[in-house]
Amino acid sequence: MADMSANRPEMLPWFARLQPGAVLVWTLLFLGGVVMVTPLVLMFSTSLKSAGQIYDLRFIPAEPTLNNYVRVLADGWFLRWFMNSMIVAVCVTVSNVFFDSLVGYTLAKFKFRGRYIIFIAILSTLMIPTEMLVIPWYLMSAQFGWLDTYWGIMFPGMMTAFGTFLMKQFFETVPDDFIEAARVDGMNEFMIWWKVAMPLVTPALSALAIFTFLGNWTAFFWPLIVTTSRDLYTLPVGLSSFAVEQSIQWEMIMTGAALATIPTLIVFLVLQRFIVRGVMLAGLKG
Amino acid sequence: MAEITLRSLTKDYGTVRAVHGIDLDISNGEFVVLVGPSGCGKSTTLRMLAGLEDISGGELRIAGRLVNDAEPKARNIAMVFQNYAIYPHLTVAQNIAFGLYTSGMSRAQKDARVAEVAGMLGLTDYLARRPAALSGGQRQRVAIGRAMVRDPVAFLFDEPLSNLDAQLRAQMRIEIKRLHQRLGTTIVYVTHDQVEAMTMADRIVVMRDGHILQVGAPVDLYENPVDLFTARFIGNPSMNVLDARVQAGRIIVGDQDMGACSRADGAICLGIRPQDLLVDGPGTAARINATVTAVEPLGPETLVHLDAQGHEVMATAPGRVIPAIGSTLTASADAGRLYLFDPDSQRALGRA
Repeated sequence: MADMSANRPEMLPWFARLQPGAVLVWTLLFLGGVVMVTPLVLMFSTSLKSAGQIYDLRFIPAEPTLNNYVRVLADGWFLRWFMNSMIVAVCVTVSNVFFDSLVGYTLAKFKFRGRYIIFIAILSTLMIPTEMLVIPWYLMSAQFGWLDTYWGIMFPGMMTAFGTFLMKQFFETVPDDFIEAARVDGMNEFMIWWKVAMPLVTPALSALAIFTFLGNWTAFFWPLIVTTSRDLYTLPVGLSSFAVEQSIQWEMIMTGAALATIPTLIVFLVLQRFIVRGVMLAGLKG
Repeated sequence: MAEITLRSLTKDYGTVRAVHGIDLDISNGEFVVLVGPSGCGKSTTLRMLAGLEDISGGELRIAGRLVNDAEPKARNIAMVFQNYAIYPHLTVAQNIAFGLYTSGMSRAQKDARVAEVAGMLGLTDYLARRPAALSGGQRQRVAIGRAMVRDPVAFLFDEPLSNLDAQLRAQMRIEIKRLHQRLGTTIVYVTHDQVEAMTMADRIVVMRDGHILQVGAPVDLYENPVDLFTARFIGNPSMNVLDARVQAGRIIVGDQDMGACSRADGAICLGIRPQDLLVDGPGTAARINATVTAVEPLGPETLVHLDAQGHEVMATAPGRVIPAIGSTLTASADAGRLYLFDPDSQRALGRA
C-alpha cells in the first residue's frame, strides 16, 4: 500500500492529473460559458456607460457612471412597468401552480370515463403556436372589454397545457398508498391533494414556478398587442419604448434590462433550494 | 370495537370476478388473518372492508351497520399499508397526528394523544424525526401509530411486514400481537406468509382464487385441513404429498406399505408432514426406506430430503445427528399422522 500512495491522483501536480477527454470537455464548456455570459457582461457594462460611449465595446467602461440607473429609477415609468410585470408574473405563476397541479392530479389519480381524451385534448393545444392564437385572443379580449387591462395581459397564460402535463407526470409517481392512507384517515379529496400530494411534488412545483415566472416576466409579444396605455406596459414592452424612432437609447435599455434580471435571479435562487430538497425527498423509500 | 360481517361479498373487475361471494363473521376483538397466494383476493377483500374498492355485490356490515356505500372515513376503521405510507415531508409526531386531522380535537388534546400512542410504540424519542431518519421497523411503528391514534373500531393490515427483514419481521409479529392483546380491537390482517398467519391469528381464513377454502383456528387448520391446498399451505416446511393407492385395507406407495386404512380400494393422495416423519423413529406407519439427498441442519433438529424410490420426501431427524448425504435410512410416522385426500376433488378424507 505504501508504494501505491505515490501514484494516488492527489499526490500529482494538477496538470499531470488532466486527461485529454476532460481537457476537451472543459474547453467546450468554457467556450459555451463565455458565449452565454458575454451578452450579460456587455449589458451590465453598457448600463454603466454614458450615451457617448455605448459603441465603445470595452467590457470595462472608460468612465463608469451610475447616472443611467439614477435616470431610469427617477423616471416614474420604469418602476410602474416593473410593478406591472411583477403583478402579471406573480398572478400567472400562482394560478399555474394551483390550477395546473389540480388538473394534473385529477388526470393522474382519478379513474373516470374520458380522462384520456381530456388529456389528449389538453396536450394537443401545445401544438398550436402562439402567433396563431394572438388574433383570436385579441378579438376575444375586444369583445369582452379586456383590452388594456391586467386581466387581458394575464388570461392566456393562467393555465398551461405544459404545466398540466408536467404535473400529471409527477403526480403519477406519488404512490397510491399515500393517498389511500389519507382517505382512510378521513381527509376529503381536496385536502388530500393539498396536504399530501402537493408536498410530495415540490420539485415539480418549483420547476413549474420558475418556468412560468420567467416566461411571463420576459413576455413581450402579447403584452405589446393587448396594452395601449403606457401605464399598463410590462417591463419588456416599456423597455422597447426606449427605442423610439431614429434614436435608440441603448444605455437606457441596458440599464432597465439589468434591473429586470434581479427578480429572475431571486426567484431562481429561492426556488432551486426546493428543487434540491425535492430530489432528496423523492429518493426516499416508502 | 366492532364485529364485521361479510355476506356473499363479491368484487368484479369488468367481466373478471376477483372475489366470489364470500361469507365471514369476524367477532368483536378478534384477530383474523386472511392468507393465501398472490391473486387470491385477500387484499381486494381487505380493501373492500376499508372502502377503497367498491363492493360489486353482497353485504358488508361493521358493528351491525350496512356500510357498502359508506366512505372510508365513515367506517371508522384504520389501515396500515405494506409500504407504510407515512409521509416523508412530515415528522413522526405530525405523521401520527395526521389521523386526528378531522377529529376536531384541540391542539393540546391531539398532542396528548400523540404522546400516549408514541409511548405505547416506543417512539417517544423519535417524535421530531422525519421518516428518512428511521429504520424500517420504526417506520412501520409510525404507520401503526397513525392508525391507533384515532381509536378506530377495527384495524386493517395489508401485508405490513413484507418489507422488513426476517429478524425484524419476527419481532414486529410479536409486537403487533401484544398490541392486539392490550387494545382488544378487532384486527383483520392480510398476508401471504403462513408463518405470520399461524403465529398471530385467532382465526385464519385461507383463500384461493377469490374463494374462502377454510376458516379456523391455526391448530385446527394444521390438524384438520379440509383440502390438499390448505394442507400444503399451512405448516412449514410444507406437507409431503405422495400418490398412493388403497389395496385390501393397506395404503401402498410404489411397492411400500405405508399403513392400514379402512377405505375402499382405489387411488388416493397421501399427505405426511415432515415434522411427523421421523428418521429412525419408533412409528409404525409410513415406514420408508430412502436415500438422503440433502440436509438442512436447524440446530435442535435437521430437515432431511429423501429420495424414496423416485418420490421426493422431506423428513425430520431429531437431535443433533446429521445423516450423511447418500446414506440410506428409515423414516416413519406414528399411526394417525397420515392425511388422506381424494386425488380428484382434493378434499380431505380423514386421517390414517
